[in-house]
Amino acid sequence: MNWFRDFLLPPGASTHVGEMDGLFMFITWLTVFFFFFNGGLIFYAVRRWRRRSAKEVTPHITHDTRLELVWSLIPLAVVMLIFLWGFKGYVKAWVAPNDAMEILATGKKWVWEFEYPDGTRTLNDLHVPVNRPVKLVLTSEDVIHSFFIPEFRLKRDAIPGRYTELWFTATEPGIKQVYCTEYCGKGHSDMLARIFVDTPEQYETFLREGDEQVRKMPLKELGRLVWENKGCATCHSLDGTRGQGPSWKGIWNQTHRGADGGEHRVNADYIRQSILTPQAVVVQGFEPIMPTYQGLLREREILGLIEFIKELQ
Amino acid sequence: MSEGVLYAGAGHAGRHADYLEEPKGLWSWLTTVDHKRIGLMYMWSVLFFFLVGGIFALLIRLELLTPKQTIMDAETYNRVFTLHGAIMTFLVIIPAIPAALGNFALPLLLGAKDVAFPRLNLTSLYVYWIGAAMAVATLALGGVDTGWTFYTPYSTTTGGGVTLMVLAAFVLGFSSIFTGVNFIATIHKLRAPGMGWFEMPLFCWGMYATALIQILATPVLGITLLLIVMERVLGVGIFDPQLGGDPVLFQHFFWFYSHPAVYIMILPAMAVISEVIPTFSKKTIFGYKAIAFSSVAIALLGFLVWAHHMFVAGISLFAGAIFSFLTFFIAIPSAIKVFNWIATMWRGSISLEAPMLFAISFLLIFTIGGLTGLFLAALSTDVHLHDTYFVVSHFHYVMAGSNLIAFLAGIHYWWPKMYGRMYNTKLAAISSAIIFIGFNMTFLPQFVLGSRGMPRRYFNYLPQFQDLHVASTVGSWVLAAGLFLTAAYLLASFRQPKGAPANPWGGRTLEWETASPPTAHNFEGQPVLQHGPYDYRPEPAPVGVKELAH
Repeated sequence: MNWFRDFLLPPGASTHVGEMDGLFMFITWLTVFFFFFNGGLIFYAVRRWRRRSAKEVTPHITHDTRLELVWSLIPLAVVMLIFLWGFKGYVKAWVAPNDAMEILATGKKWVWEFEYPDGTRTLNDLHVPVNRPVKLVLTSEDVIHSFFIPEFRLKRDAIPGRYTELWFTATEPGIKQVYCTEYCGKGHSDMLARIFVDTPEQYETFLREGDEQVRKMPLKELGRLVWENKGCATCHSLDGTRGQGPSWKGIWNQTHRGADGGEHRVNADYIRQSILTPQAVVVQGFEPIMPTYQGLLREREILGLIEFIKELQ
Repeated sequence: MSEGVLYAGAGHAGRHADYLEEPKGLWSWLTTVDHKRIGLMYMWSVLFFFLVGGIFALLIRLELLTPKQTIMDAETYNRVFTLHGAIMTFLVIIPAIPAALGNFALPLLLGAKDVAFPRLNLTSLYVYWIGAAMAVATLALGGVDTGWTFYTPYSTTTGGGVTLMVLAAFVLGFSSIFTGVNFIATIHKLRAPGMGWFEMPLFCWGMYATALIQILATPVLGITLLLIVMERVLGVGIFDPQLGGDPVLFQHFFWFYSHPAVYIMILPAMAVISEVIPTFSKKTIFGYKAIAFSSVAIALLGFLVWAHHMFVAGISLFAGAIFSFLTFFIAIPSAIKVFNWIATMWRGSISLEAPMLFAISFLLIFTIGGLTGLFLAALSTDVHLHDTYFVVSHFHYVMAGSNLIAFLAGIHYWWPKMYGRMYNTKLAAISSAIIFIGFNMTFLPQFVLGSRGMPRRYFNYLPQFQDLHVASTVGSWVLAAGLFLTAAYLLASFRQPKGAPANPWGGRTLEWETASPPTAHNFEGQPVLQHGPYDYRPEPAPVGVKELAH
């Protein structure tokens, strides 16, 4: 019945999958069985003992201790089995092996920031080597977020002022979707990240030179990618819609009025400054809520954004 | 027509003015202390807010028809789902059965003239209205975007009318506590002569268990909500880590109330079903004591399981294990009840009137709702499913499907007693089927959405989830059509003459022994219990005499 599992669950790609999927399918079949069992009994009773005359007399059966013990103890045995099964998987997912590589993941409205053992930092794209245990230490800078990787069957809240942990061994190279699953406001549903499960060689190259795809991309395309993936899109629209921050449509060479009243021409320097020290000039009518991207974007990515904005007429 | 001729009500002997007719005028309703009138005013208030909350639900489903913006922006969407949740929880589901049907039926079932504290009862209704007005007034302050769970530190840092909404929930808590106090006192002191604890209809046991939770758990919510207000208004650091607080503490406090509150929602539903099934099976309830004690067991166990909402929120491995273990024990009394209801139907004389059709819908929907709870009680599966649409679907099966369908079963069961009028029974049968189908169409796809990884409270979603969202949205239209049909024929029944007999369904409990509708004092004189609540034998055993074991 693999088709049924594949219908209900996303493909699995971590060492936690087998444990969880086995229990999931067990309870699923239990649910299906009891639904049809109870439904069948009700259907049978209604067919068999439908009232035919108002004078019908029914037997006066108040209880049956043996029967009641049966339908208390059998469910009890089944749920205890489920408890132990679930507990076993939970313990395994809880305790990371000692040799796990540690990556710090910080949630903030509405991006995920990752910091690797060698100090490399990335936004929303997490690179991990395949077949190696990785431990994520989660925290948050503002409200509670939650880090959910369906294909790994894992989730853990990121809580401000605390550290929580989550560990996995990815079993196949590829890109995995990450969702924020603790409601965190306007951008909650756009707080998406991706895990790039790399081969050991790809991972080494990534640490040395950054993402391969990104390195080869033309600047303008890179700019769009950065806009999509690094959290810009959450606040800055491309079509003139007002968001938490000013839209980028047609702003190149225009004049922005700052909250202090000063006028600023939108040119390469201005864009660079707005990315790295966003509070330096806040456009009138907007809140000073943008976090700094200092150290989070490579030089080439900033150039890409400038080229991208230039073209947005 | 009535099969309960043996105990034909006093109402047949000449008409006295019923409680609806005397005294007359709006003022007499607003100042009434009659539990039946208060029950009806609660019922219409709850139905009004069910309409409002339902419209929000339809807007949510419509927005989710496409993966990006459909009819509203993200900020509006967040306000709409918050209001949907807050209205449905605090203004609809919690008061629906206890405050509306319980107020109407409990004293009648006990053979009492009224509840123990009639003025407190009216106060509870006014407190409910004040709380409701406060909740609606938050719209003028820009709405609330926290979700009905008010998780900190989001709720203590976001803008809008959070403080007012939290105070509204605080006020509504008192309305719930007043009802609980009243029911406990009524059940202890006002049972008819001859009615021991085990001769009470099971509805009363359900109400008793509910009242216990209302009294013991609601104050914790009240305190928690006041702490939020203190943090928001006075800047006292309790939950916000920026101020030195602990956000997870809020979750402990909140679920210490709100998990028992789930049983405030399901126990009354079970209470209604325990009345409907014996009446329409014309057979005594199977396992009376097992059902009665199961209600109390669920109420007490309900206090020991709150942290199963927090398996991924950073609680310790040990705490997770304990709370998962305890949670599974809830499954046992729930299973016992379902099997007892089916055993009651077994070898009965089953009549498929509208209340019974709703009760059968309840059995099927509750079976799904209960069993899908196992996925969330088990630790490893909960890690995957927590905060996804699987959870959304599970709690709608239990809170919306089971509770509201039982509420409908109760309304259809007692409607002739409330108004002395019968609704169109054919349309009622059709609408029960439409509601059952619509409900499952709406929420079955959400289980699959969740297990595939679709998180809850998402405004935008990835295109791979669209098919199931469309199915769910279409289902919501079917469900709405069924509910509007129900509203239509219930309202149309007011054009029927007042001709409903005292005992239209052949029930054996005391409310069927008085006229439909009853007089203001319920019974002519003090009724004395003659036989057990579900004794359908031609010559029932008099109560107080020990029955031989079967």
